[in-house]
Amino acid sequence: MIEIDRITKVYDDTTVVDEVSMTVETGTITVIVGTSGSGKTTLLRMINRLVEPSSGEVRINGEVTRDIPTHLLRRRIGYAIQGHGLFPHHTVARNIAAVPRLLGWPKDKIARRVDELLTLFGMEPAAFRDRYPAELSGGQQQRVGVARALASRPDLLLMDEPFGALDPIIRGRAQEDLRAIQQKLGSTIVLVTHDMEEAIRLGDRVGVMDGGRLVQHGPPEEIVARPANAFVAEMVGDAERPMRLLSLIPVRGLVEPGAAGGDPVPEGASLRDALSACLWTGRDAVPVERGGAVVGRITLDAIRGRVEHRA
Amino acid sequence: MTAGGVLRTALSLLLVALVLWPHAFAPVFAPFAPERGPVIYDRVSLLSLSLSHLGLVAAASSLAALVAVTLAILVTRPAGAAFRPLSRTLTNVGQTFPPVAVLALAVPMLGFGAWPTLVALFLYGLLPIFENAMTALSTLPPRTLEAARGMGMGRFQRLWQVELPLAAPVILAGVRLSVVIGLGTATIGSTVAARTLGEVIIAGLLTNNTAFVLQGGLIVGLFAVLIYDALVRLEARIARRAGAGSARAG
Repeated sequence: MIEIDRITKVYDDTTVVDEVSMTVETGTITVIVGTSGSGKTTLLRMINRLVEPSSGEVRINGEVTRDIPTHLLRRRIGYAIQGHGLFPHHTVARNIAAVPRLLGWPKDKIARRVDELLTLFGMEPAAFRDRYPAELSGGQQQRVGVARALASRPDLLLMDEPFGALDPIIRGRAQEDLRAIQQKLGSTIVLVTHDMEEAIRLGDRVGVMDGGRLVQHGPPEEIVARPANAFVAEMVGDAERPMRLLSLIPVRGLVEPGAAGGDPVPEGASLRDALSACLWTGRDAVPVERGGAVVGRITLDAIRGRVEHRA
Repeated sequence: MTAGGVLRTALSLLLVALVLWPHAFAPVFAPFAPERGPVIYDRVSLLSLSLSHLGLVAAASSLAALVAVTLAILVTRPAGAAFRPLSRTLTNVGQTFPPVAVLALAVPMLGFGAWPTLVALFLYGLLPIFENAMTALSTLPPRTLEAARGMGMGRFQRLWQVELPLAAPVILAGVRLSVVIGLGTATIGSTVAARTLGEVIIAGLLTNNTAFVLQGGLIVGLFAVLIYDALVRLEARIARRAGAGSARAG
């Protein structure tokens, strides 16, 4: 568990981060979202002390970070940044091995870990191990960057706009991969972004920052359904709100018995996908499938009811 | 073999022949020699002159590289930034002094021989290496440095494992410049009795023997061209390893 306790950063006369407190539960993703200049990156960098807080403290599993020498603290915290920051003169394997090497892991343990991570990220170890970063595509570089941050099984992974340099299609895939890997490894992640869509898609909890203050912190449904103030509402986007809400709810909960014509949607899909299927093919209901078998249907009325009920 | 490879091999062979068997070239140089004068310089073996010439340049350039890179590392640290203008001025002064003046000033202190030449070459070699090293170390990719810091590398680990390897190609370009300047400038050292290939040229000038001048000049020139070429290729190899292709993005 990561506890951020009334942390503040003041540069000269400007308060960049103003008494922010939040708790990040182990094994969850917390996304901090805000416009540029909101203090979100400074907040993130105070967790691994790339920026020293002016006041307040951060505790990792109860241990106060101020009491740990910075280089040792940072070896315990994974750090992935926009544009990956890979070492261009080291191979993929050596890049991923960077922190384990600093920690003095034995060679064979490092080699096993590198192969394990490459496999986890869908990169054939034999084909990628000895390549240089310049020989990889943007998406591959980004994956190696995240693999490097995860290499030593850190207590916590910090990500600063990790997908910012990727085009939208690759970005969507990278987000799905991150979600899948996080669930598999049970990692604790704090991610910073300016993209509310990304925040809602990835976060177990979303923190919205404005002018150095944490203006709202809660599950994504709450941010979408009940924005704390006008700024959060604007970040969510009024016109987008129903769609964002629907994208958070799986079809599973609204399946009712009955038949419907046309192609089915899987029960794990979101209500947004189901609505889209209804509208696109002009149906009032679509069948729902689980593992290839139709288990019921979902109706347009049920979807509408769900949104009205929330708002 | 490529055209460049053929030319490189041919020039290397020519250089080796000129140094080891100078008398074989007597017919070529004969038209430039005074009547009944000697055509080929044979007071000292050209091989021993070449070796001492190269040794002098190597020693001066290594020393200059060591001092200049150390200085560049110091002034690119946050604590040393204040000394940047001063160190720039100092190395610039080294460059503005004509080497002959340095020799003239150094002789009274160091006596005749190799030492004043070494000092002149050293001072002359500092600037290009220092300027390149400083530029290289202060223009490294910021995200890579941020990642190195963020993963918990200490200062020395960052310097040795990240900053210097990434700066190496540009630093080496400075060393190359300094070596080539040194190869030419070392010839002047013979005026204060340093044993260099300048001896051949100066002997030619004193006795009005153009054959000697050509012979010495040709050997020094070939050394400069071939060493320059070898360093360029070394740089390219290091640059490849340092990921010169990192321009590829997204």
